[in-house]
Amino acid sequence: MSGVALRELTKSFGAVQAVRGIDVSIETGETVALLGPNGAGKSTTLDMVLGLLRPDAGTVSVLDLPPADAVARGSVGAMLQTGSLVRDLTVRELLAQMASLYPHPLDVDETIALTGIGEISDRRTQKLSGGQTQRVRFALALVTNAELLVLDEPTVAMDVESRHAFWTTMRDIASRGKTILFATHYLEEADAYADRVVLMAQGRVVADGPPTEIKAMVGSRTIRATLPDVPLERLERLPGVAHAERRGEAVVLRCSDSDRAVRALLARHPEVRDLEIGGAGLEEAFLQLTAARA
Amino acid sequence: MSSTTYMRYELLRTFRQRRFVLLAFGFPLVLYFVVAAPNRNEHDLGGTGLGAPLYFMVGYAAFGAMNAMLSCGARIAGERQAGWTRQLRLTPLSPRTYLRTKVLTGYLMAICSLATMYAAGSILGVRLGAGEWLRMIVLVLVGLVPFAALGVCLGHLLTTDAVGPAMGGTVALFSILGGTWFPVQHGALHDIATVLPSYWLVQAGHVALGGKGWTATGWLVIAAWTAALAAAATAAYRRDTGRT
Repeated sequence: MSGVALRELTKSFGAVQAVRGIDVSIETGETVALLGPNGAGKSTTLDMVLGLLRPDAGTVSVLDLPPADAVARGSVGAMLQTGSLVRDLTVRELLAQMASLYPHPLDVDETIALTGIGEISDRRTQKLSGGQTQRVRFALALVTNAELLVLDEPTVAMDVESRHAFWTTMRDIASRGKTILFATHYLEEADAYADRVVLMAQGRVVADGPPTEIKAMVGSRTIRATLPDVPLERLERLPGVAHAERRGEAVVLRCSDSDRAVRALLARHPEVRDLEIGGAGLEEAFLQLTAARA
Repeated sequence: MSSTTYMRYELLRTFRQRRFVLLAFGFPLVLYFVVAAPNRNEHDLGGTGLGAPLYFMVGYAAFGAMNAMLSCGARIAGERQAGWTRQLRLTPLSPRTYLRTKVLTGYLMAICSLATMYAAGSILGVRLGAGEWLRMIVLVLVGLVPFAALGVCLGHLLTTDAVGPAMGGTVALFSILGGTWFPVQHGALHDIATVLPSYWLVQAGHVALGGKGWTATGWLVIAAWTAALAAAATAAYRRDTGRT
């Protein structure tokens, strides 16, 4: 059985082509990150996986079924990017109500323990902070005990501590054999928690592979420095430097390992001035990748 | 999977909205005592053949029940605004069960509202036989069907900001033209009234005079409004959720 299969999927909103023909297949039990900058088409793709949006062209199958059927069977749990909770129920009551809709829900108390929301479980939903609401929304996705979990930018509104707790729980869930598909624009999250990363930019899949591979593609940093009179070949031989180019008196070094490159540069060329280290930044890296393919 | 558990929490949530519950039941009650109590010895109000306490009891019960039914629309609009409707679309809850739960909740609110008004009526001396009570209640519950559809329709069309005034206005209009607050027996107003569902809610009170209940026109008017508003509600639901 396949977890999620997308074939030549296309979706436009008026003149904006949000998704431009993507093919992705996810096996059951895999944890896959959909990585990309804002506007890459991640949410649109997930909305089609969930059956909230109808593709213009192409097909979506979820556990070998059309999305609506998989949802109707209770095989899908989801945490959308936006949305608040209905008021006037306690967290526990809301979880129980959600659980009642599913054929094999997780025990409510177990869910509460798993997501660490014991302290707020008897509080009414309208009295929760933003971060607490986010954790309850995660608990709502888990209580379904669905085979496929779809999470759209789940950690965006979380502080560092909640984020850490969130991913610890996700590891636990993944180890129970669930298929997990999550969207993120944090490279570190994709790297640390996914078996596989699907990199999207401008509505297309620009790379699909293990996190280390993707990280090498987009995780590079650049060093800029004023360093006249040193030949580029010597700079390119420095450890950690992948490519060097000259711009007047300045040089720009694209690095595979900027830490090593900086140490080597300072050791061998102590006359270097105006040193700047910049993250290539995901957006920039994505643009380069897409430009390279165009 | 259990839709009764879902329903139970839905009701809990509704009745926990204290201000709403107080207004929904209290407001018609206060109006009733203000209007009907001074006229409690009037035995033929405006040529209707009904005593004032009975006429106004039926009228304000209709008013309260209309409000209670339409309030299901306010809850739908609220859930849409919170993004909860979207979340529910990712669960096995079918649209049919979702709407049925909303309508049933509306009915339960309406029944509580009716019970409050009927109790108030008995305090002001309304006396009916068990059969008359039963027939009147059944007629009112049937007459509320179009309002359930209207609530669903408005809930999917309007935002939470707009839904309050829209419902207040709708109920007021239906109440005035339908003879809920004062009898409309003659002239153009009466002709308009007879094609409104609210008029027939009030006419349910005629069973108290030994009448059989609604005329054929009454049943036809309720059926026509139900059909039209159910179609509008379906269209509004589809437009809102993109479902067909």
